[in-house]
Amino acid sequence: MDVSPGPIVSAKDLTRRFGTVLAVDHVSLNIAAGELFGLIGPNGAGKSTLMKMFTTMIPPTSGRATIAGFDVAVQPQEVRKRIGYVPQLLSADGELTGYENMLLSARLYLIPSAARESRVQAALEMMGLTDVKNRLVQTYSGGMARRLEIAQSTLHRPAVLFMDEPTVGLDPGGRRAVWEHVRALHREMGAAVVFSTHYMDEAEAVCDRLALIAHGKVAALGTPDELKARLGGQASLDDVFAELTNERIAPVGGGQ
Amino acid sequence: MSGGPSSGPVRRTAMLDSAGAYLTQVFAVADAEVIKLRHDPTDLISRAVQPILWLLLFGQVMAHVRGLNTTGGDYLDFLAPGILAQSVLFVAIFYGLSAIWERDLGVLHRYMVSPAPRSALVIGKALASSSRGLSQAVVIYACAALMGVGLSFRPVDLALVAGLIVLASALFSTFSLIIACIVKTRERFMGVGQFLTMPIFFASNAIYPLTLMPGWLRVVARINPLSYQVDALRCLMLKGGHSQFGLGLDAGVLLLVTALLIVIATRLYPRLTQ
Ligand SMILES: Nc1ncnc2c1ncn2[C@@H]1O[C@H](COP(=O)(O)OP(=O)(O)OP(=O)(O)O)[C@@H](O)[C@H]1O
Ligand SMILES: [Mg+2]
Repeated sequence: MDVSPGPIVSAKDLTRRFGTVLAVDHVSLNIAAGELFGLIGPNGAGKSTLMKMFTTMIPPTSGRATIAGFDVAVQPQEVRKRIGYVPQLLSADGELTGYENMLLSARLYLIPSAARESRVQAALEMMGLTDVKNRLVQTYSGGMARRLEIAQSTLHRPAVLFMDEPTVGLDPGGRRAVWEHVRALHREMGAAVVFSTHYMDEAEAVCDRLALIAHGKVAALGTPDELKARLGGQASLDDVFAELTNERIAPVGGGQ
Repeated sequence: MSGGPSSGPVRRTAMLDSAGAYLTQVFAVADAEVIKLRHDPTDLISRAVQPILWLLLFGQVMAHVRGLNTTGGDYLDFLAPGILAQSVLFVAIFYGLSAIWERDLGVLHRYMVSPAPRSALVIGKALASSSRGLSQAVVIYACAALMGVGLSFRPVDLALVAGLIVLASALFSTFSLIIACIVKTRERFMGVGQFLTMPIFFASNAIYPLTLMPGWLRVVARINPLSYQVDALRCLMLKGGHSQFGLGLDAGVLLLVTALLIVIATRLYPRLTQ
């Protein structure tokens, strides 16, 4: 509703090393409020590491990242209030039921006790989990578990939802269900959604813009159409991906 | 913000609100554990076997050894508080393992990404471990009563024993959490955990009086928090029991050590997900 000044997610020369490995290398990008933003890139490109820095899970080695203007390294608490995070590993507790997991999140995020029950029920309903809410999460299918994960990380209506490979390991029906629910959530809450994926069709269908990450760097950034236009004519996102990731691998040792 | 005359009550409500918020988060963490124990109590039951065996076997045999009987009473009376302290220690000291387990499963991430202060997470986990310690106490009280130990069932004593168990569970489980944050893997943790448990247990007054120890061991036992827990339990658990160090000192030492460990764990806990 109000004019939101500046990007909701911002990185400036964001860098993370693990020993000698440069996992994220001077990444700079801005994501606008409400944007659907995809991160694509080969295994080990640094997508998860980038997301872990945005979500305050690991501190940057250098550079700066902000969420809604709050620096992840300086005010992590403020950042955490404004984000939801669905990690690559599932984070719901398998030994609790779906409902109990949701209630745990509701309390951790300090949703007022009067509103807790209705918010939890509404979120379960929205994610299509009402029928299974009293089952232990360890008995859930992969798709149900992902949807629960999304439900519990958006209960507090974050400004940005980060999802690390939210559809990995799901069958086409499960993938479609996840994206339908994310879209509905996005329409209702207006949160920005930042996600990583290895499925190009998904990236193309869902994203407003996407960044292609290779070797810890942003190799390309733009709308799916812009990226395809770079290669001209009939190029698909797969072609763009192959072209740009090879381009980055080729110069090793050859210099530029 | 400003120090105007109206800011007093406003500030007080704000403080009450944030204290309430903090407690909500602490108990959210602790409750999750209690709910899990309710879903699957097998762990609680299997853990109750060991202290019963100690009381039955070790207690019966050692009761016939002369010289151990220094409190003037029955050796079983002397042993029962020690075994309660021991079982609280054994349950709590492997608590760090579940933190590593939660990290490996990914569950720890949902706590770390939440806005709950890290200290609230640590205290919540400590209280979760206390619920296990309390369930051990119920079993040991029942067993000791059946064996004729002169237990005190005065409500004040029972309440204080419960408080003591909560405190001691928090102390040793937080210690365990700190080790987990340092070693980070299950394998290393098992090694270190095994290596630490026995010295903490045997270098204490749990199963024999300090007076029987060589001088150097007595020094170790006097800086071992377990000794203070046992001392307080001997005073509160038994009819006509008394404390050697003084209840005030016992409680003071346990509180101070627990607070210190919580401060350290709060610093280290986030490292587990990095
Ligand atoms: N905790 C860690 N310790 C050491 N190295 C790490 C750590 N986390 C990531 N790395 C390294 O950083 C690089 C980037 O890893 P990251 O997990 O961010 O890639 P990714 O793009 O998410 O890959 P994938 O698509 O397989 O999930 C890799 O070389 C990885 O080995
Ligand atoms: Mg990854």
